Amino acid sequence: MNWLNTIFILALAYVAAFLEGQFGLLRGILGAQITLLPALMVYTSLTAGIGAVGLLAVFGGLWRDSLSEDPLGVSILPLFMIGFVILWKRELLLRENRFAQMALGLAAGAAFPLGTLFLLLNLGREPLLGWSALWQWVAGTVAGGALAPMLFGLFGWTRRAFEYPAMKQSSFREDREIKRGRQ
Amino acid sequence: MLKKQHYIISVLVVLLVVALLSLPRQAADRLKLAISGIFLPLFGLAASSQEAAAKSDGVLTPREELLREINALRASNQLLTLQLQQAAGIFRDDEQLRQMLNYRRQKPSWNLQPARVIARDPETWWRCVWIDAGRRTMAGMRTNLPVLTADGLVGKVVNVGETRSRVVLLGDPGLRVAVLVGPFALNGTATAGSSWMRENNMIDIENLFGETADRTVHPGDEVKTWGAGGVFPAGIPVGRVVDVPRREYGTTTEARARISAHLDALQNVWVMILP
Repeated sequence: MNWLNTIFILALAYVAAFLEGQFGLLRGILGAQITLLPALMVYTSLTAGIGAVGLLAVFGGLWRDSLSEDPLGVSILPLFMIGFVILWKRELLLRENRFAQMALGLAAGAAFPLGTLFLLLNLGREPLLGWSALWQWVAGTVAGGALAPMLFGLFGWTRRAFEYPAMKQSSFREDREIKRGRQ
Repeated sequence: MLKKQHYIISVLVVLLVVALLSLPRQAADRLKLAISGIFLPLFGLAASSQEAAAKSDGVLTPREELLREINALRASNQLLTLQLQQAAGIFRDDEQLRQMLNYRRQKPSWNLQPARVIARDPETWWRCVWIDAGRRTMAGMRTNLPVLTADGLVGKVVNVGETRSRVVLLGDPGLRVAVLVGPFALNGTATAGSSWMRENNMIDIENLFGETADRTVHPGDEVKTWGAGGVFPAGIPVGRVVDVPRREYGTTTEARARISAHLDALQNVWVMILP
């Protein structure tokens, strides 16, 4: 299931990177572009290993940057840092708790554009920073918080659809049966 | 708890990022085009689904409405034909006068090719779109070609792939356009501007030279391309001046202009093929 889970994560990142560039409906309504990658990284780092985190950061970042004017590879490091920090502390996190998922999604949604912007400015690029960028950051943060629990729900449903259900353990054990009567 | 594997993968990711960011601009652009090629099946799927939606829309449109539209288009076509005939007469006269004066034509006629916007930049801090025209699908396609709509200038082509190209839009920090402003044709440069808070569909006109007390810029003045620089031919509408901040010192004026083309709702554009 680990590989299947990683494949699903990468497939979703691929489709999400395309949809972000293709459909301007949300951008037209909200005036901001919603990105799925930070929330997806939260899900990945809480449920998968460092390999999946690295793969999502590299492929998700490259796919996103390939459609953007951002320098190629600039999104990889912020994404990986989010995943790495969560992975590092995940034993202390209540990963099944919806509120914890939402809080992590909010933090990831806020940190991803800030990290990318930090790298861009250090690379000497001059992105358009205005009211729209501020609104984009707020909308991205809120979207990260909303999408993270939804992704847990979606992947939970997918896992249930593709995996055999866990066999329920009965408290009855045949080897502990007390045979009554004469043998 | 971090394991050895975590450190190894972290180092590999950091090395990859450093290598990618150190690539020369051209190599990075080529790699970008190659990586974005992975989306070709999805672009194709989106285009065919749009076509299917358009077809189904055509089937569902009432005949009465179609006939009304055909009649309106016929009337518009006749009007445009008459205007074209009138323009052709003026063009002939102009050509004769030029021949009499031995004056060479400055502006060759524009060769415009249609293209469709297929994707936008996922980041809002850049203004950039992808169009479905590339080296293989449009003859003469290359970088630095102007892109426009009927409303005015949109931007220029910056990367050309086999079937897609990237267009940087007006107002992006990477695009500067030499412009002429107002009836006195003061020359300046249209840029994204240097102010911290910028608005959508607005550009700054910097370094407006040639202003005097009676030759100045006013709100409502038209902004057109100048033709200097060799990328944009002269006379393409860019926008209209909305305000002229009061100048405290210096020899040049600045102005803010609203872009004529609706950049947020771009669907179909024209690529100007230049020799």
